[in-house]
Amino acid sequence: MKVTEHELHAYVDDRLDPAERRTVEAYLAANTEDAARVQAYREQNAALRAAFDPVLSEPVPDRLRRIDTSRRSGRIAVAAGWLVVGVAVGWFAHALVGTRGGPAPLSLAKQAAIAHAVYSPEIRHPVEVGAAEQEHLVNWLSKRLGAKLRAPLLTAEGFDLVGGRLLPGPGGAVAQFMYQDAKGKRLTLYVSRIEGVQRDTAFRFSQEEKVAVFYWIDGTLGYALSGDLAKPQLLDVATAVYKQLNP
Amino acid sequence: MDLHSIAPHIPRLRRYARALAGDQHAADDLVQDTLERALNKHHLWRPGSDLRAWLFAIMHNVFVNQLRARQAHPEAALDEDDLPAVPSVQGARLEIRDLESALALLPPEQREIVLLVGLEQFSYAEAAKSLDIPIGTVMSRLFRGRERLRTLITGAPAAPALKVVK
Repeated sequence: MKVTEHELHAYVDDRLDPAERRTVEAYLAANTEDAARVQAYREQNAALRAAFDPVLSEPVPDRLRRIDTSRRSGRIAVAAGWLVVGVAVGWFAHALVGTRGGPAPLSLAKQAAIAHAVYSPEIRHPVEVGAAEQEHLVNWLSKRLGAKLRAPLLTAEGFDLVGGRLLPGPGGAVAQFMYQDAKGKRLTLYVSRIEGVQRDTAFRFSQEEKVAVFYWIDGTLGYALSGDLAKPQLLDVATAVYKQLNP
Repeated sequence: MDLHSIAPHIPRLRRYARALAGDQHAADDLVQDTLERALNKHHLWRPGSDLRAWLFAIMHNVFVNQLRARQAHPEAALDEDDLPAVPSVQGARLEIRDLESALALLPPEQREIVLLVGLEQFSYAEAAKSLDIPIGTVMSRLFRGRERLRTLITGAPAAPALKVVK
């Protein structure tokens, strides 16, 4: 009686039904060389699992938890990375030039886009204070910015408040509110104090790589709404934000 | 599909990548590239189909691309006959006692099959699907890979019958 090589491997991998298994075992009992080979293959499987199963219980590194889907391919052509580098250069150049007062409107959009690119992919810690503590969140951020802030309600636009965080900006503390829709798509509203004489502005639009930004200045505060959204959709949300802040 | 649905598969992708790529850093690079590609191509995944098999298929493609990028001749096919032969010097063979060094000496396409079947416990059909190759090719690579691993580890001569397996 002869068994095939395929059957021997299927025996190694426990892929045979009981009748087939008995046939292979009978064959191996009479063929010691093949029996030794099969034994070695079984030991390989056991050794592989003994060697690599511990990887399963290792903590997953942060870089694998926060995959940035704006990255095209490979680890070098990183859209978001270039965005951050480009913006950082712009930011420092801006600081060196030294404008009076707070950030110019364009850098407001870029700063907001950086903050969006950094925090919106966060899985575990997207915000410092969650929406469950909304009152505390708004009071805290208002106190730190020295201005009365509000977190707009965007449920009609399909976005729920995730929470917010405090960020450093060129002119001091900056607030970021984060929103998320049912599919997990995130928007951030970046609010920064504008020092010096600034006139209110209409909505302006800036496309920072994949991040679309509508930004405007209203009194002493600059607002920037960022998201990986089509421009018309983002404009609808920005309009809703503006209306709620200026009832 | 998003990172939340993929996240439960990350530990197994890391286990397989570690065995495939050798060191931890290269392995996690492989996993990272795989996850990025999966998220960027999520629209190609058919809901209801086996997400794990799909992710392993992507990792295979990323792995093959990395190997090609490392080769001097990017157009060279990843045919096992084109790859450098395993050192057969008696002295070298005797030193290869541990599993990980032996794995590293397997041709990549044999290593993939040995690991998918032996470590990840894919069925032969699942392995064929993930690597997009006929099941006969899975079997011949499995036969050769296991036998080569055995001779590397024990220094035993290859079984004569296997020399005709193609």
